[in-house]
Formats: sequence, C-alpha cells, structure tokens
Amino acid sequence: MSRANDNSAVAPSADSRVTKPIDGTPIVEVRGATVAYDRTPVLIDVDLRVSAREVVAILGPNGSGKSTLVKAILGLAPLVAGSVALFGATGSAIRRHRHRIGYVPQRLGAGSGVPATVGEVVASGRLARRGLGLPRRADREAVARAIAAVGLAHRRHDPVSALSGGQQQRVLIARALAAEPDLLVLDEPTAGVDAASQDAFADALRAFAAGGGTVLLVAHELGPLQPLVTRAVVIHSGRIAHDGAVPEPTGYHALPGHDHVHPHARDDRTGIWGPGWDE
Amino acid sequence: MEIFEYSFMQRALIGALITGLIAPALGIYLVQRRLALIGDGIGHIALTGVGLGLLTGSAPVLTAVIVAAAGAVAVELVRQRGRASGDIALALLFYGGISGGVFLVALSAGRTNANLTAYLFGSPLTTTSTDLVVMAVLGGLVLAVTLLLRPWLFAICHDEEYARVAGLPVRALNLLLAVTTAVTVTVAMRAVGLLLVSALMVVPVATAQLVTRGFRSTMYLAMAIGVLASALGVGIAGVYDTAPGATIILVAIAAFALLATGLGVVRGWRRRHPVAAA
Repeated sequence: MSRANDNSAVAPSADSRVTKPIDGTPIVEVRGATVAYDRTPVLIDVDLRVSAREVVAILGPNGSGKSTLVKAILGLAPLVAGSVALFGATGSAIRRHRHRIGYVPQRLGAGSGVPATVGEVVASGRLARRGLGLPRRADREAVARAIAAVGLAHRRHDPVSALSGGQQQRVLIARALAAEPDLLVLDEPTAGVDAASQDAFADALRAFAAGGGTVLLVAHELGPLQPLVTRAVVIHSGRIAHDGAVPEPTGYHALPGHDHVHPHARDDRTGIWGPGWDE
Repeated sequence: MEIFEYSFMQRALIGALITGLIAPALGIYLVQRRLALIGDGIGHIALTGVGLGLLTGSAPVLTAVIVAAAGAVAVELVRQRGRASGDIALALLFYGGISGGVFLVALSAGRTNANLTAYLFGSPLTTTSTDLVVMAVLGGLVLAVTLLLRPWLFAICHDEEYARVAGLPVRALNLLLAVTTAVTVTVAMRAVGLLLVSALMVVPVATAQLVTRGFRSTMYLAMAIGVLASALGVGIAGVYDTAPGATIILVAIAAFALLATGLGVVRGWRRRHPVAAA
C-alpha cells in the first residue's frame, strides 16, 4: 500500500448529483487505521485507497477484520489510531458527503417490529438526498428505479417480512441505490442468498458500476460478483495480506464457468487466502 | 347516548379521543424499535413530576411534562450506550420515578385533595376546559411530529445504523422522539392514567398490524382503533359507571383478541378449504 501524496486531488464537489469525481482521485482513503474492541486490536495499521469507478472486494476469513474495516470507513467503528477520508473529507466534514454513500448491511437489524412495505423501506434510503419536505417527482422516480434495478417492482407493496432472505437483501441494496450514491459499500451482501438473488445483485452492481459508481464490498466468496471486481484486498488477522488482482479461486470456489480473466495466479495463492478460509 | 348530554361527559370524551388518537401515533415508533414498554417507564417517571407540581402548587401537567421529558432523554442516553447494565439503569430510573412520585404526592396530601389514583389510572370525568386546551395543544404537537416526520422517524427506528451512515440527524431525531414520548404520556395521563398509558400506545398498533402490510397503513389504522376504543370505553364507563381508563384499555385489548381470533378462524378455514379460498 503506497501512501500516495495526491490526497489533495479531490475538491469536495458542491453538487455531487452533477459532478462525479474524476478518475484517479481517492473516494476512500484509509491511513494507518487501527480499531480495537475491548483493547483487543482487530484491525492494525491498515492503509487503503479506493479510486473512483473501482470495484474493490475486501476478502478474508471470518474474524479477519474485513467487516470492521468497512465499519471504520463508514464511521461505525471508532478508530484508535489513523484516519479515514471520504471524498477527500475527514472528521466531521465527512457528514456533508454522507448522502453520497449507499450502505448495504449484512442483514436488516432487529428494529422491524411493525410491518413495512418494500416501497417504504427503499424510500427511507432516499431521505439523505431528499432533505426535509415532501418527496418530489425525482425522488419518487429514484425509488421506483432502485426497486426495479433489483427486480422487485412487482413486490413493491408487499411487506418486507413476506420476502425470502435473498429478496430482503435485494431490498437493502435498492434502499442504498435510492440515494443515487457515488459510493456503494456492501457488507457480505450475498452471504446465504439464493442464486436468483445473487444474479439480481450482480446485475444491479454491474449497472451501478457502469454508471460511474465506486463499489467497496466485503465478501467471503464472490460468486457471480467476481467478474465485476477490479481489485481485491485480502485481510488476514487484522492486516492487509494482499492488494491487487483477484486471487485465483481454489477448491470449491473454482466453479464451472468461472472466467479466468486474472492471469496472475501463482503458487502462493493458498498463502494469500490463508488457513481457515473455507470454514 | 343521552349520557353525553352532560358537559363533563363531553369533556371526558374529547380528552379520551385526543389520547386515543395520539398514543398509537407515537407508540408505533416504540413498537417498531421493540421498545413497547418504554412508555410505561416514562409514565413512572412522570409521576415524580406530578408530585413536584402538587407540592409546589404549580400545574401538575406542566411539571409532569418537564420531568417526563428529562426522564425520556435519560432513557434515550442509556439506550444509545446499549450496554447490558442499561437494563439496571432503566429499572433505577423507573422505580425511582414512581416511588418519588408517590412520596411527593403523599407529602403534599395536606395541601391538596388530589388523589394518587386519579394520576395513576386516569380520571377523565374530572377533565376541565383548561385541561382540554392543554391536551389539544400538546396533542397537536405530538401529531405534528409523528405525522410530518414519519419518514425520518421510520428510518431511525427501522435501521438506526443505516440512518447514521446516510447522515440523517439521528441523535436529534432520537431526542425529539424521546421528548414527544414524554409529552404523549402526559397528555394521556388524564384519560387513562400513567400506569395504563403504555397500553394505549401499544395495543392499537398490535391490533392494526394483524391485518396491515405497511408502516403507514398500520399507523393510520392504529390511530383509528385508538379513537374507537377510547370513545367506546368512555361510553361504557359512563353508562355502567366503571373506571374509564381501565375500560378504554379493556376495549382495546378485546378488539385485539377478537381480531386475532377471527383471523385465526379464517386462516384455519382457508387451509382446510384451499380451493374455495382461491
């Protein structure tokens, strides 16, 4: 990881709806990040730069710290040391850019004691863009587009609880897309998700990336998302063990039909994946 | 019903209708957060406010709002910490609140003829015109917050982490919801009492969501159920001379039981007769 010196290349754009960051400027810049839970470090001195239009996969075994890295980037896990810059902003200045982030958590939290329709949940993702006041036409259209993008237009008025796990996960990506973000952050979006939903996921992500979006996704295995990924970062025991091309899948990850577009595979790949990867 | 020709019954009815309308409108957010019983705790704390008001000769409603709001903010701070010890902290707050209230009301016994039961279980028949004005104003505030800010309050109650990442003003909305909870409790104090207020926040919502599919429809139906239960409860209490607060809650619970049973019967019948149902 190079600590490149062009940190200042991004001027925070006044209206991100019009101006997408130009190529090569960091959307995410993590420097020397250390996160500890109860004094046990789970992320140690991590550097990570994500430029516009990159699709970066953060890989690693369970407990490696990959989800913690994403939480640190999002401001959900406090840093013991180091810094995080989003869209060139740090600290409280990040707040002005938060509406440009679409976050897809692993699963919906416990806070859903009252029924809510697909449309209601996805519309809640639009609020950051919309501001106070009634929804405008553009807001309603963005919500409808996001629901259509994950193939759930016919379920819009159904309660989320009536959907399958994979469909619920698609609702969460639609919620993130509704804000028309510049950066999508996904935390194990396809874990335990059926094949149809994985494909719908891959389609939605492909469309997002094709539209100039930047993606940061945490994954245990990439599945149908693999062809989209432009760069892989492997975390092991809280440190970055690999940063570059997507490591060659081994064992049952080498699915039939896997596209061998990464000619970098070498014999050290088992070392990259590390022990316990397939647990 | 000629019983409503009496002006005290009319005032009781209006007060109960306001309560029945706003309690579920606020309660739905607590239920969504799986904090259905928080309203009960805030009611406990509000009693200390009542006691302070009686002791100092100020309006108990006013002191109850202030103390309940302070208590609700404290509860919210405990919730944000999210520690296991939070449970204990809430217990200290709630039981401190109710015993403080009982203590202060007893202390003021020589000075007023107010009785504790009226505040704990409601006394809508003693509602004055001034009470009604206060209830209408505070109730209007509660409605404004819960209806106008519904998308935002829905977002923070549905998935607080997401709301935080998206940059919504989560902390401010949480505090607003806490204070609005306290105001609702105080408004409901006259109609159903501090110990029963939580029931009117939760039971209509539970009833509505037996048949609804979305958040907004649940909210409106719960408000309608709250209003109907309150009207029917006051009517029954007037005719049969029962305790109005308790009657309102029993009507609400009966509605829940009837609907749940009815749905169970219908669904069972559909399972046995799948062709007829299709």
